[in-house]
Amino acid sequence: MTRDRLTAAAMLAPSVILVGIFVYGFIAWSVRVSLSDWQGLIPSYNFVGLENFTQLIFHDRRFHIGIRNTGMFSLVFLGGAIVLGLMLAILLDRKLPAENLFRSIFLFPMAVSFIVTGVVWRWLMNPALGTRMSGLNLLFDQLGLDFLVNQWHMTGPPWGIAFIGIPAMWQMTGFAMALFLAGLRSIPEDLREAARVDGASEFQLYVRVIIPLLRPALLSVVIILGHISLKIFDLIIAMTGRQIALDVPAIYMWTTTFDANNFNRGAAIGLLLLLSVAVLVIPYLWYSRRQETEL
Amino acid sequence: MSAPAVAEPRPDVLPRRPRTRLRQVRKRGLRVVGVAVLVFMAAFFLLPIYVMLITGLKSFQEVSLATMWNLPEGLHFENFLAAFQALRPNLLNSLMLTIPAAIGSAILGSFNGYVLSKWQFRGSETVFTLLLFGMFIPYQSILIPLVQFMQQINLYGGLPGLVLVHIVYGIPITTLIFRNYYASVPKELVESSRIDGADMFRTYRYIMLPLSAPGFAVVLIWQFTNIWNEFLFAIVLTRPASWPVTVALNNLAGSQIVEWNVQMAGALLAALPTLIVYILLGRFFVQGLMAGAVKG
Amino acid sequence: MRNRRALALLAAASLLVMTSACADDEPDIVDDEVDDIELDDPEAAEYDVLESPPEEDAVEVFTWWTAGGEAEGLDAMIAIFNDEYPEYQFVNAAVAGGAGTAARAVLASRLAAGDPPSSWQGHAGQELIGTYVVAGQLEPLNFLFEEEGWLDVLPEAIIPQISHEGNIYSVPVNIHRANILWYLPEQLDAFGVDVPTTWDEFFAVAEELEAQGVIPLALGEAWTAMHLFETVLLGTMDVPTYDGLWDGTTDWGGPEVAEAIEVFDRVLEYTNPDAPTLSWDQATQLVIDGDAAFNIMGDWAAGYFGAQGLEPGDAGYGWAPVPGTDGVFQWLSDSFVLPVDAHNRDGAIAWLRVAGSREGQDAFNPIKGSIPARTDGDRSLYDEYLLSAMDDWETDEVTGSLAHGTVASDAFKSEIDTAIGLFLSDRDAAGFQDGLVSACTIAGPC
Repeated sequence: MTRDRLTAAAMLAPSVILVGIFVYGFIAWSVRVSLSDWQGLIPSYNFVGLENFTQLIFHDRRFHIGIRNTGMFSLVFLGGAIVLGLMLAILLDRKLPAENLFRSIFLFPMAVSFIVTGVVWRWLMNPALGTRMSGLNLLFDQLGLDFLVNQWHMTGPPWGIAFIGIPAMWQMTGFAMALFLAGLRSIPEDLREAARVDGASEFQLYVRVIIPLLRPALLSVVIILGHISLKIFDLIIAMTGRQIALDVPAIYMWTTTFDANNFNRGAAIGLLLLLSVAVLVIPYLWYSRRQETEL
Repeated sequence: MSAPAVAEPRPDVLPRRPRTRLRQVRKRGLRVVGVAVLVFMAAFFLLPIYVMLITGLKSFQEVSLATMWNLPEGLHFENFLAAFQALRPNLLNSLMLTIPAAIGSAILGSFNGYVLSKWQFRGSETVFTLLLFGMFIPYQSILIPLVQFMQQINLYGGLPGLVLVHIVYGIPITTLIFRNYYASVPKELVESSRIDGADMFRTYRYIMLPLSAPGFAVVLIWQFTNIWNEFLFAIVLTRPASWPVTVALNNLAGSQIVEWNVQMAGALLAALPTLIVYILLGRFFVQGLMAGAVKG
Repeated sequence: MRNRRALALLAAASLLVMTSACADDEPDIVDDEVDDIELDDPEAAEYDVLESPPEEDAVEVFTWWTAGGEAEGLDAMIAIFNDEYPEYQFVNAAVAGGAGTAARAVLASRLAAGDPPSSWQGHAGQELIGTYVVAGQLEPLNFLFEEEGWLDVLPEAIIPQISHEGNIYSVPVNIHRANILWYLPEQLDAFGVDVPTTWDEFFAVAEELEAQGVIPLALGEAWTAMHLFETVLLGTMDVPTYDGLWDGTTDWGGPEVAEAIEVFDRVLEYTNPDAPTLSWDQATQLVIDGDAAFNIMGDWAAGYFGAQGLEPGDAGYGWAPVPGTDGVFQWLSDSFVLPVDAHNRDGAIAWLRVAGSREGQDAFNPIKGSIPARTDGDRSLYDEYLLSAMDDWETDEVTGSLAHGTVASDAFKSEIDTAIGLFLSDRDAAGFQDGLVSACTIAGPC
């Protein structure tokens, strides 16, 4: 038994050490910077307390807009990708024709970088109306779907940012599908058979038996897409050319750090993002673990 | 100890016997609806790709918002050639970066996932959470200490350093995916292996690893795509000779005039290797069925 | 129970004491590893793997000239360098860049790690001074200017604008002009309007254009709005007042700025509503397509008109100073610097010599589509637009650009950018002016 424990320790050790340095070591650095007066290129670690944080939380309008936008974006992006991804995975799992082809198509957007995605969708979602109509609006117009023509992300706050969730969904739904599909394929066939023999309809089979078994996959999807959502950055820049109305903290952090050299403010934004993760995601993680144990 | 378990169907969900004929008709109908949905979704997914493709084939003068749906007037394959020439020196760098980094982080993730799902100990939840939490670190805010640290350990500037960084920041995700994947593997398998006298690593090697194909497929798809497309670490941590393809792709755009046709052609070219990975790995999802089969 | 403790530990994680806390009270097999989480010493991760240090004779130069005419111009300059200084190996570390792109992060992180490139490109003026010079990262170049006699061939007026406390810190290689109003003469005839020379004339013309369903002024994404704002500032006040904004002698809270904001607000009413989603060249394209009558953009737009097959002149594209800025040349310049502790300092200086030479500038600028910073360029190499710019450069009053780094430090510019961005979304003029005042207090000279 002791040998097994040593083996376990040996298997974990490289990861724990590396993550310790590259994550927690650097977080420590960020904490130190966020409590300092470091602006400009010369590092300066004079302690100023929580000033950078209070400034952001209580006085910074741009930061407030960013928080609201991130919330709205995450909602649309995560919700959409989970629902669509699950639906596609279930359909593909039903052994419909051309499964391989469809799977590759749905995964393909992932192969394109967010910057390119942003540019293409910026064209597709061009909000100009009238004679200058183009992109999807033009397509809708010509297909007689006029009621779908809209201003996309130029719709005023708070809905504008929600439309940016669509390209993100487009890009990441395939991955959600892949995770769900792997989960579905690891569910033993005899479980399904047993349920069918007992007379469950296909619908009941999914709702009562299969989807609950996908909880671990769902957890992975939520966390992985969630971390993308919080850090989303290049997609929004490529789509919006950095409008304040569509700003998010990750963009703010970048500009204030590297365009304005306010390293202390940048570090403070980074830590606030991390804290929000700790507050939002980890209780869910715990709750979800408990559910799993009870099952 | 919270042992992950595969749930048995609950007895209370089992309803009355259905009428079989009706069910078969309905089943066929559902299949048609299912295929229709797939086709519609595929169109939605391909639309932007279509725009990229036709833009990539246009001449520079033809590219404009007003005419974005128009087919190109001539097929300007020279855009692809121009893009390929600009990207070629960096493609090899990308392969030398992506393959070891994806495999390295997948292996570590698989180790961690195995230990944390099947050999839980006091504090294993904490270790898991700590590892996972690393995923959320905003990379932009730690570039400075990262560069400093890489210089201190003499790994700044070349590919080995970049490989290491991608392995490290891949650990949270690969650990999460494997841990959750292994959680759905029946614990009886591990227990029977232990009763047979196999030690921990042998159980991993001979029981878990053979069942891991769908897990590895997902993890490698994720890591390969992500590392292949990753730009920020690449540009900050390597010198020009080691730049991967994303940096070259980014450099196709100037600061003033962007030739969108060449840009789109380049983006499609750069996405090809990932596409190949999807096609190759996609079939391993199917092997997941075997994981279930073993149980019976 | 376990969960509660774990949650407590998580809270601790955010405060970063968690690693040690965990190791202290849990005598588990992971103890040793958890301890390692704290490790700060690089010894623990000593990898003896190949790195790629730059060669001794390498001259590594950062630019954001990666494509199109700018990259070709750079190549032409590199060719001259290779001819004249075969003893050095030029490493072209061009990264597509500008504000908000990775180029800035690369430079910042390398400077922080004490490993600057041999030389890099920056906008001459406060972008370099306010960021790098005040941080002590750049060497003064007075000796080089004297050796090469550059003080005699550069316009006198720009020397103070690229100097700090009497020292010159960068070698300008080209000049662009920011305050240009672009149009197609044939289209203006068709619309029946003239080129406005004041903002009042502009508003009159804009009304006529709007009545015809034409967008009076094509605008693009956020930075082009800042570009527009700086030309409006310049167009509504005289040059000394405008210059005073950047050294603290003009009050941002004063009536001049209030008037500029009022004009800016009105001008925005005549722009395309989808502006934030267009890149600058897509905005210029609106003029080419006849959807819009005018576009205010720097003179790199001439290069775009050319790439779209238009020639300068009545049958092609036309230009005029932005309303209210006649006789003023609002300039910006790409320039190269010499970092303190430059890798291969001699090689870096050799590069600067090429960048400042007549031969180098005449090789670079005609291809890039800008005029040489030197006033002795070979006029036979430049096209009609550039020739007119060269004339203006010699005769006009010169003042610097905000959006392109001449007059404000990065930090100041970034605060102004935020204020403009907020104004674009809420159009609150008073709030905008307050924002500008506090931008100047927080990060500017006020």
